[in-house]
Amino acid sequence: MRKFGIDTDDLEIASIYQYYAKWIREGRLVVNSDWNKERRIKFTVQDPCQIIRKSYGDPVADDLRFVVKSIVGEENFIDMTPNKSNNFCCGGGGGTLQAGYHEQRREFGRIKHEQIVATDADYCITACHNCHAQVHDLSEFYEAKYHAVHLWTLMALSMGILGPNEREYLGEDLQEVNVFHPEQAEMM
Amino acid sequence: MGEAAIKLGGKKESTFMDKVKEILPDGGNLNLCLTCGACSSGCPATGLEGMDPRKFLRMAALGLDEEITSTPWVWHCTMCQRCIYVCPMKIDIPRLVYYARQSWPREERPKGLINSCDMALRNDSCSAMGASPDDFSFVVEDLLDEYREAQPEFKDMDAPIDKEGAEFFLNQNSREPVTEPDEMVPLWKILHSAGINWTYGSKGWGGENYCMFLADDEAWKNTVAMSINQAKSLGCKTYLNTE
Ligand code: SF4
Ligand code: SF4
Repeated sequence: MRKFGIDTDDLEIASIYQYYAKWIREGRLVVNSDWNKERRIKFTVQDPCQIIRKSYGDPVADDLRFVVKSIVGEENFIDMTPNKSNNFCCGGGGGTLQAGYHEQRREFGRIKHEQIVATDADYCITACHNCHAQVHDLSEFYEAKYHAVHLWTLMALSMGILGPNEREYLGEDLQEVNVFHPEQAEMM
Repeated sequence: MGEAAIKLGGKKESTFMDKVKEILPDGGNLNLCLTCGACSSGCPATGLEGMDPRKFLRMAALGLDEEITSTPWVWHCTMCQRCIYVCPMKIDIPRLVYYARQSWPREERPKGLINSCDMALRNDSCSAMGASPDDFSFVVEDLLDEYREAQPEFKDMDAPIDKEGAEFFLNQNSREPVTEPDEMVPLWKILHSAGINWTYGSKGWGGENYCMFLADDEAWKNTVAMSINQAKSLGCKTYLNTE
């Protein structure tokens, strides 16, 4: 926008993470992490370069963590190192997913893969589509245990409104947790 | 690289790097390298094609334009900006990469990127998968009907397109409507539960931006403007990036 001098007038351009955090703080969005108290499933989060380092910086990375901790439990969140604005790119940005150099893209992503493995997390929360596709592919390619899951999937799970057909990216361990309208599965 | 540098010797006139310096504010600081290596040591693309950001910059500084503008490495670098973030001199290597991409004739750039950008330009959606505004509204309507019925708590849920005066304008990556529509539903339910007044736009709903990655300035500008203008014309207050 700045680059082209496109006039945004009073239109605010924001990341949805800021608003998720705000709505949770204001009590408009009621989430909780009780579902994971006993299960202790571990989560890490990928800071999308596009949103964090390249746009909004650490304040929004902190919002993202606030949201994640609210839905999975503070004790079940493990950060990667380095993180936030200093995070490593997953390798799915810059058009690499479409550019066709798969071997190089996966080699680029090896750092991210090792970073996730070092947290020992069961899930890497990806709140950006490029990251989601790349981390998902890295997990398969390197035969790792972690899953790549959208942030909103877990938010809805923690709110008890995630139906059986909205769980494409959840592992076995979460298929049966807090299922909203389980009968919908049989209808399909 | 040592070899090539020796062969070509000093700087040639009007090199690629000089041109980029003219475009960037403060010349992108491209002359200030301390050769500390902080950029390369934290760059995941280091080593691919025998290249790394410091080397890329150095080769550009030496006027090795041929190499700089032909190495496929520019398509492996994700322009993630970690190098400039850690660089003590804030040297804009990502933009140097961007202009190196741009120096490739459009038809020789990676086919997948050309296709995605062309798809986005094909209609007003700006969707890299080429879904039209009608395709999009059809998928959304259909899915809404299904979920309102299957999950009666959400019988009043909406996923409006072009709702005048909505507070929030949301974009939507086209992967969901095109290949896995059910994945859009959690977001709608979250917004509904929080009582958010929001809308998609029939124009410019596609959240992805491959024209930018293709380094096609004009096309990139058009897709961004389409989306922002739609949000403005509906009177929205906030453009929410859902990526
Ligand atoms: S971090 Fe900056 S100063 Fe250091 S080698 Fe890289 S470009 Fe040069
Ligand atoms: S922008 Fe490119 S060169 Fe810089 S750190 Fe990222 S991948 Fe490496």
